[in-house]
Amino acid sequence: MEAQLDELTLLSLLRQRDETAFTQLVEQYHSSLVRLATIYVQDTRIAEEVAQETWLAVLHGLDLFEGRSSLKTWIFTILANKAKTRGGRETRTISYADWEDRPAVSPDRFNDSSAEKWPDHWARGSAPASWDEIPEDLLLSQETLNIIREAIDQLPESQRSVIALHDMEELSAQEICNILEISETNQRVLLHRARSRVRQALEDYLQPEH
Amino acid sequence: MENEMTCKELVELVTDYLEGTLLEDVHVQFENHLSGCDGCTSYMEQMRQTILLTGKVREENLTPIQRDDLLRLFRDWKKA
Repeated sequence: MEAQLDELTLLSLLRQRDETAFTQLVEQYHSSLVRLATIYVQDTRIAEEVAQETWLAVLHGLDLFEGRSSLKTWIFTILANKAKTRGGRETRTISYADWEDRPAVSPDRFNDSSAEKWPDHWARGSAPASWDEIPEDLLLSQETLNIIREAIDQLPESQRSVIALHDMEELSAQEICNILEISETNQRVLLHRARSRVRQALEDYLQPEH
Repeated sequence: MENEMTCKELVELVTDYLEGTLLEDVHVQFENHLSGCDGCTSYMEQMRQTILLTGKVREENLTPIQRDDLLRLFRDWKKA
């Protein structure tokens, strides 16, 4: 595979209407854009259209882009705005499922709160075990990454978009708050719930005895 | 002791800890607990690895139809 071009190079190539630069960008972000759009418009075909409109807006806006945010953030922000308009709501209401107060770890792995010895500490035999002994081949295998993707797909939609933007796209918390119009605290709560569930899915897969 | 953090509390604070948003005294309790608890140390390590691995997950590749649509869009823009 060809080396990935950095954003500044991409931007200047795009401004010269270079097709390979455009191809690299859409390969990188199109699927993520469609995914993000689906939290505002439920229909995946409409999400696909919104993502296409976003690319068109990106191309037409290239000369206006001032580089105050990263190119990536700019593209995601355009997408979010278009998806909101298309979905007919200015701000998304975060669904009940996103806030459902599910603990990070199943309560039955801890001693009872009223236990005399070590209340609310890991119960005997329930403490997490290190993953250090797991061969790197397995840890980094496509199969393991698929487990993560499946776990993310099953998350409530706001949790899914926060973990995708934060841990997959590596946008900053501040950028995510702007795009999704949520507070930093809410962003962290959603991120934490999402990560906790992904960790559990990985543990179930890597250490089924737990 | 009153102020000691339990394992059940710690697992809910991992993201706040990693993002550096815990209040100072809670941050200290968090680290004190970690230094004496193998289970939570492993848990913390698993969360770090989870984050790292999530960063390696790529979205699905584009379908040929998606790629064609997007290239057409690009070429139309280029011509205009």
